[in-house]
Amino acid sequence: MSVARPLPHDAARLHVSGTARYVDDIPLPRTALHLAFGLSTTAAGRLDRLDLDAVRTAPGVVAVLTAADLPNDCDTSPSNHDEPLLATSDVHYAGQPMFLVVATSHLAARRAARLGIAKIEPRAPILTIEEALEADSRFEDGPRVYSKGDAPTALTAAPHRLKGQVHIGGQEHFYLEGQAALALPQDNGDMVVHSSTQHPTEIQHKVAEAIGRPMHAVRVETRRMGGGFGGKESQGNALAVACAVAAMITGRPCKMRYDRDDDMIVTGKRHDFRIDYDVGFDGEGHITALDVTHYTRCGWSMDLSLPVADRAMLHADNAYHLTDVRIISHRLRTNMASATAFRGFGGPQGIVGIERIMDHIAHTLDYDPLRIRQANYYADSEGGDDTSKPEEAARDDRALPPHPERDLASRGAEPVPSGAKAPQPDASAAPDGQTTPYHQPVTDCIINAVTERLLKSSDYPARRAAIAQWNAEQPLLKRGIALTPVKFGISFTLTHLNQAGALVHVYQDGSIHLNHGGTEMGQGLFQKVAQVAADRFGVPLDSIRITATDTAKVPNTSATAASSGSDLNGMAARVACDKIRDRMARHLAERHQADPEDVVFADGQVRVGGETMSFARAAASAYENRISLSATGYYKTPGIEWDRIRGRGRPFFYFAYGAAVTEVVIDTLTGENRILRTDILHDAGASLNPAIDIGQIEGGYVQGAGWLTTEELVWDEAGVLRTHAPSTYKIPACSDRPPVFNVALWDAPNRAETIYRSKAVGEPPLMLGISAWAALADAARACGPHFPDLQTPATAEAVLAAVKRARHGV
Amino acid sequence: MDITFLLNGEVVSLSGISPTTTLLDWLREERGLTGTKEGCNEGDCGACSVMIADEQGARALNGCILFLPQIDGRHVITVEGLSAADGTLHPVQERLVEYHGSQCGFCTPGFAVTMATAHLNGARDHDTQLAGNLCRCTGYAPIVRAAEAAAGDPVPPHLASLSDFKAPHAAARAPEIGTESDTTAFQPRDVATLAEWYLAHPEATLIAGATDVGLWVTKGFRDLGPVAFLNRCEGLAGVEMTEEGWRIGAMTTLTTFEQALAPHFPSLGAMLRRYGSVQVRNAATVGGNIANGSPIGDSPPALIALGTRLHLRRGADRRSLPLEEFFIEYGKQDRAEGEFVEAVTIPAQPDTLRCYKISKRFDQDISAVCGCISITCENDRITGARLAYGGMAGIPKRASGAEAALLGKRFEESAIREAMTVMAEDFTPLSDMRASSGYRLETAQNLLLRYFHDMNGAQTDVRGVMA
Repeated sequence: MSVARPLPHDAARLHVSGTARYVDDIPLPRTALHLAFGLSTTAAGRLDRLDLDAVRTAPGVVAVLTAADLPNDCDTSPSNHDEPLLATSDVHYAGQPMFLVVATSHLAARRAARLGIAKIEPRAPILTIEEALEADSRFEDGPRVYSKGDAPTALTAAPHRLKGQVHIGGQEHFYLEGQAALALPQDNGDMVVHSSTQHPTEIQHKVAEAIGRPMHAVRVETRRMGGGFGGKESQGNALAVACAVAAMITGRPCKMRYDRDDDMIVTGKRHDFRIDYDVGFDGEGHITALDVTHYTRCGWSMDLSLPVADRAMLHADNAYHLTDVRIISHRLRTNMASATAFRGFGGPQGIVGIERIMDHIAHTLDYDPLRIRQANYYADSEGGDDTSKPEEAARDDRALPPHPERDLASRGAEPVPSGAKAPQPDASAAPDGQTTPYHQPVTDCIINAVTERLLKSSDYPARRAAIAQWNAEQPLLKRGIALTPVKFGISFTLTHLNQAGALVHVYQDGSIHLNHGGTEMGQGLFQKVAQVAADRFGVPLDSIRITATDTAKVPNTSATAASSGSDLNGMAARVACDKIRDRMARHLAERHQADPEDVVFADGQVRVGGETMSFARAAASAYENRISLSATGYYKTPGIEWDRIRGRGRPFFYFAYGAAVTEVVIDTLTGENRILRTDILHDAGASLNPAIDIGQIEGGYVQGAGWLTTEELVWDEAGVLRTHAPSTYKIPACSDRPPVFNVALWDAPNRAETIYRSKAVGEPPLMLGISAWAALADAARACGPHFPDLQTPATAEAVLAAVKRARHGV
Repeated sequence: MDITFLLNGEVVSLSGISPTTTLLDWLREERGLTGTKEGCNEGDCGACSVMIADEQGARALNGCILFLPQIDGRHVITVEGLSAADGTLHPVQERLVEYHGSQCGFCTPGFAVTMATAHLNGARDHDTQLAGNLCRCTGYAPIVRAAEAAAGDPVPPHLASLSDFKAPHAAARAPEIGTESDTTAFQPRDVATLAEWYLAHPEATLIAGATDVGLWVTKGFRDLGPVAFLNRCEGLAGVEMTEEGWRIGAMTTLTTFEQALAPHFPSLGAMLRRYGSVQVRNAATVGGNIANGSPIGDSPPALIALGTRLHLRRGADRRSLPLEEFFIEYGKQDRAEGEFVEAVTIPAQPDTLRCYKISKRFDQDISAVCGCISITCENDRITGARLAYGGMAGIPKRASGAEAALLGKRFEESAIREAMTVMAEDFTPLSDMRASSGYRLETAQNLLLRYFHDMNGAQTDVRGVMA
């Protein structure tokens, strides 16, 4: 059995030997050209003139393109058709591409790109949340509001009430491999594009539009990415479009990769948020009313900001059952790089908001925050399968209005209109009819049990007491500890994206070619799906060849995003494998006068009617008897339905759960701090590959902790990013990982019917890192009687400020 | 310019190279060895790590800010050279696979090279050895597990023989490469020749480890003008004990400096282990860190706190001055045209030094504040106080007011707090992306208080606390 085994990443041996090939490693034809963008250094203004004479005469320059030189409409937006490849009449952020240099080498292109002179009539940029609100600079007509019960009335009746505010910083993806694309012009004007992208179909769509051809003229291939984390869902569009257009114009292969500084300046990051809250609660800390407002800076274009902000709202409850709740969300347009997808996709920000509220209530009541958290948890469900799937609502079958630019496969796309009636999920299967603030019944909760087990394994109560004693004895250093839970909704909230395809070929020698729409960015998706395929055919894993993602093999794919990769593609691959296996079984059963049901595929052998043959022999036999050994598989997630305007429905197929306990120490003189120990219990369902899942959990935790501690994005008053290299933007280094790091899997089957009952694990663990931030707040709380009001990122400077607030008040 | 070196055991001779071509670009674009990756192109991520071996042994360096002339006469081992000729993986590579140490795999070749170098050298302080390699996927835990597991594995034969290193250049060509016809790139073999040449070319850029100059090229596209590579200049590197104290040659790497001084000043050693990364310290030099005049270099405050004297040379003329006097204002040093840093001397002294480096990230980060403090007492009174700070002004600077306030007082908290108040007059720090002005000043003051508690045996270091 190949599933559930802790096998290494399929490319591990290639990784360690330096032979794994990334876009920049592909050998180039001799005639290949290299591209670089000339960037605006002004955040907002009218682009009056570009003086590019020095660029054109620079060594190695073959061509220089401005917006006026582009054929067709070269838009790079994944949603709103609002991102011209090159600035037209205005510039909207410092870092926006204004012109494109085509040169004989990467270095020549970069050098020449610096020589352009832009005459820009500057405008006062809109940078802060306050400036954007003042100018009513926003996406959508007004704030989105989701509500359940009656929060304003419940607030006035609450025994206790408090208000607060938390600033949540953004985050640079810092994938180690920067954005890269390579376009190879074909005959008949077709284009082959190699792109480091999580979304080959979107690259195909944008390139086709840019070169003025149908999608069938463009083939996009993605072998692997050197990290994605959401940063390659839409941010690779510009490079691929630039390469394709330059290749079309010059007739030569064109490659583009961003230098690290350019990458950090040009591309979007995690959305930063301000969250204001007004919460009512009783003497036990049980929340009776919550009114919370999200303000997020989306940057200059829409990109994926709407679904990001939606998902933040959808995680404003985290693992807590709220009865009277209102969530308001402002999506603000600012003159900055357009914020984009980043692991968690708004969920982490929403969760930080409610976790901060838990800490604030705990401080007010002088309780351990753990007690407040447990008091507000959703109730666990009994075991067994989740049977609460609603009937599919009747679709509104009106065809979408024709709109050639509509990017149907993007998360930024408009949803297919659902019925006129809001979805009404049946909550009868949920304990006490509990529902989320968006009215989805919570029927699969395990957070109470996860917490209980983790408290025991981490020895939380004893350590909490020991820390209090240690703190009482230490004049300068203070420790803190915190447990935070995660409940993360799994599915694309744009319902139609929850589909996937796979293509499987069995060759006459028994070797198997596997392809699916998911992309490999390090998360081990290919290996997990290969394990599924090997299991379906009962062959060893080395019989399976996992091939590069290719829009010509599996079309119309969704981004590998929303943690959906193995759920969707694993299922699609299973369907394809089963089709071929069943054909082989029928064929062999016929020859052996056996029942197809009794044909057994296991251990590289096929057993039928008392005879055993190798899988290869069975494949050859099928071929000789003209049985098709190729099949596609298709899967769509059942039972989900969502109205994002009304804020009602069942956007998620299921929830993934987890919890983390982190202990930290801080220095009250400088705010320096360190994680001392982390214990995690995380729910990956029946894991397809426990080693890969634990890798996601460890890595996600450290990335989440980094987001909330050392990773600080700083823009200056002119809107120029000051932290655009690893010298100034500090992701966790080796010694920042917890020196004691215990990670365990909950390892019970998913109640929803997923591939081998596993659960998605890409994003949820990132939010376990919130426990590090909460532990820092706990340590600061030990410094004085006042609420420390720790903000994020909790740099040493922010921690020192929190220590002072704890001691002296605001 | 011509160079000769070994690449994964094979002699490579290049002629007519551009002296500011980086090893990384040459490997990837000319040689087609794409295992070595470009992650940041500024020496901060380690994806481009290569192993360099010579008579001094093997060490990891960042290939992205290593100019080709710097590898002349050396042996370069890339990730492609870690495995044996028959393809057998190096033990660290095997262990990385076994312990799931790679996810996206892009940083992995760099990790493998750094780990193999540490493995060869028997280094087991993995956090320190790997501080210069960034990974965004794994959270490092599986990588460290792999390093721990590989520590006991034998060094593969093809790397074990690196210690028999013989410079390939010796027989390959004439010893001197800087000639009248090649003034744009000079590579002197002795200090006198350097001094003479620099006097004639005072506009030239002297390249020591290139950890800063490298970025002028890769990020700034700066035209360096004539350059002199000092890596083969005899007599500029090394630490020796003299009557005046430790004399440290300008070309002494931070690695050698740390190894020599850490036994005498453990706090200095601990701070230097956070200076850049292994790769950076293997290239960066004491002289370079002083000569570039940065207000945020970490060695000047420590050296100033130790009362270090700086030795400058111009042609045949030499002069010495207290190090702090070298730094005049931001971007301006007391250095005449054609004059260069030859060495520094740290006077022998009892260890009362504590170095406190405050940065957003513990390892491999530029200091927001670097406070190096040494207070000496006689007969219960403070008789000496050197409070040197980086990050607090346009230059590395002593808190002279606070120092004066301490002299003659008892070493007790009230005197310390008084000096902390006075320190507010000593500095007017800037706000930038690393820290606010207010935080810098408050922290600088608090570091004096930390020193007091530290010297009295209190626990002051978060890194000393265990769960």
